[in-house]
Amino acid sequence: MPGNSDRDLDSVANVIRQDIIKMIASAGSGHPGGSLSITEIVTALYFKVMHHDPANPQMEERDRFILSKGHACPAVYAALAECGYFPKEELLTLRKMGSILQGHPDMHKTPGFEASTGSLGQGLSIATGIALGLKMDTKKNKVYCLMGDGELDEGQIWEAAMTAAHYKLDNLCGIIDRNGLQIDGCTHDVKNIEPLTEKWKAFGWNVMEVDGHNICDILTALGRFSHTHYRPTVIIAHTVKGKGVSYMDNEAGWHGKAPDNEQTEEALQELTRGCCK
Amino acid sequence: MKDLKLADYLSDNPEKVPTRYGYGDGLVLLGEKYDNVVVLGADLTSSLCTDRFLKKFPERFLQTGIAEQDMTGVAAGLSLTGKIPFVSTYGVFCTGRAWDQIRTTVAYARLNVKFGSGHGGISVGPDGATHQALEDIAITRTIPNMTVLVPSDYHEALKATVAAAEMQGPVVVRFGREKVPVITSAETPFEIGKAEIYREGTDVSIMACGIMVYEALIAAQSLSLHGISAEVVNSATVKPIDSATITASAKRTKAVVTAEEHQVMGGFGSAVSEVLSQNYPVPVKMVGIQDQFGQSGSPSELMEAYGLKAKDIEAAVKEVLKLKARER
Repeated sequence: MPGNSDRDLDSVANVIRQDIIKMIASAGSGHPGGSLSITEIVTALYFKVMHHDPANPQMEERDRFILSKGHACPAVYAALAECGYFPKEELLTLRKMGSILQGHPDMHKTPGFEASTGSLGQGLSIATGIALGLKMDTKKNKVYCLMGDGELDEGQIWEAAMTAAHYKLDNLCGIIDRNGLQIDGCTHDVKNIEPLTEKWKAFGWNVMEVDGHNICDILTALGRFSHTHYRPTVIIAHTVKGKGVSYMDNEAGWHGKAPDNEQTEEALQELTRGCCK
Repeated sequence: MKDLKLADYLSDNPEKVPTRYGYGDGLVLLGEKYDNVVVLGADLTSSLCTDRFLKKFPERFLQTGIAEQDMTGVAAGLSLTGKIPFVSTYGVFCTGRAWDQIRTTVAYARLNVKFGSGHGGISVGPDGATHQALEDIAITRTIPNMTVLVPSDYHEALKATVAAAEMQGPVVVRFGREKVPVITSAETPFEIGKAEIYREGTDVSIMACGIMVYEALIAAQSLSLHGISAEVVNSATVKPIDSATITASAKRTKAVVTAEEHQVMGGFGSAVSEVLSQNYPVPVKMVGIQDQFGQSGSPSELMEAYGLKAKDIEAAVKEVLKLKARER
């Protein structure tokens, strides 16, 4: 995004984390774990990589971002507000009656959202369709799709993986939030999705692995994506669910639960001390 | 009665054409008219007559393989780039397999995706129950923002396909496999949301959609020989249903029979009953599939066995007229 290139992206990510905690605490429900694990990815995309304009959300040349793991929308809401798509005060209306910030994304209510998601496994197909449509029109826009690792249990993801490779969609970049946890526990125990890298390679994708909390790493991988031709790219971002808040860190129990007042205070103190790194 | 330019459907040997041909030819017309119409297929290209579009516009035909859920999501994405995608596959897979994708990804966001839902009804024949879509109307008409069209013959299927593209928002067009009588002509009016009275009558209204419109017209002709005057309403739009025409007809005749090639539970008959019970309650009998799965057989054997012939409509008329008499 123009104008943010010089801003310290780690400090942007820290602000987004604080907003996530405030929003979910105010809502009294929501999904902090998977929102905190995607914070650096979302920051890199919205504040450095994607071509977009908060003053003109429908700008034709914009890159498209699809949040397939729709429950992690607090992270994206916070990023959109920070970019200026809507006033930051709106963040505290999350999940409340009449809010523009629904519990799961509604593209017609939230400026900047490209699709309504929340039923898992569907985002990669949407992103594939967008990438196909752009290719048909010989447009240069890029399409990014952020998926959860638990979400990879869904068969539709692999249907889409084949479609995107079949059509050689090198304008499509999938990102997997590989935090290793889902509601019922470790992804390994619920249903083993490994070997993940080999799977995506076998499906015909260009695969990269990064530390999903290292913005430099993420930017390097996204840079390589834009120089990849004739196949889609997937970045497996190794992350920690609940990253940045010590008591949420790597705890499946914080998938879909709001912190109470005391816990909120503790989380915000930790984050303001900057110990999230 | 206004001249609807209907075909000579009462002839002993009416012209017969599958409604799926209307879908295929409608897509070709759309392809010529609009650059942004694209057709998606899931390995059933000639069966759904989408090969007609493929031959003329190969660059706008997208194969997703046998992956209906992905096809629906891809269509959603295409619509977000300004395309008008037609998802094409058999009704059981189109509306059933991908129901959540239709509901949450397409309809919730009011995306401009069209669904060509083929092999509707029991007249699919020998493929048997797995491939006979008998619940598709029920499960799509309950989805907000959705429009559901069930054309009665070739011409209406073609017009419904074109009209679907020319309105904004998700639309399901249901069509069938078998050759069925052509009852309308290229000049017969068709408008989404508008039911048409194909035959005027005073004793009973037979309201039908799809290929049951023909059976209703044959039933009405036969009933007339027994002194019963039956009105026939073709309600090709099941949603949004034409409440005004349906209610007005019921006010005139005070008895209604519905006819559909679909489960009566939740289907077209239910939609008509929802209108009448709230606006102008009259006795209603429903002809359709009675909470059963289909089976293999020839289309005519199955239509007979499951009570979907003109004579079954006549029997229902006689029953509803008894109910009407009792209420007097």
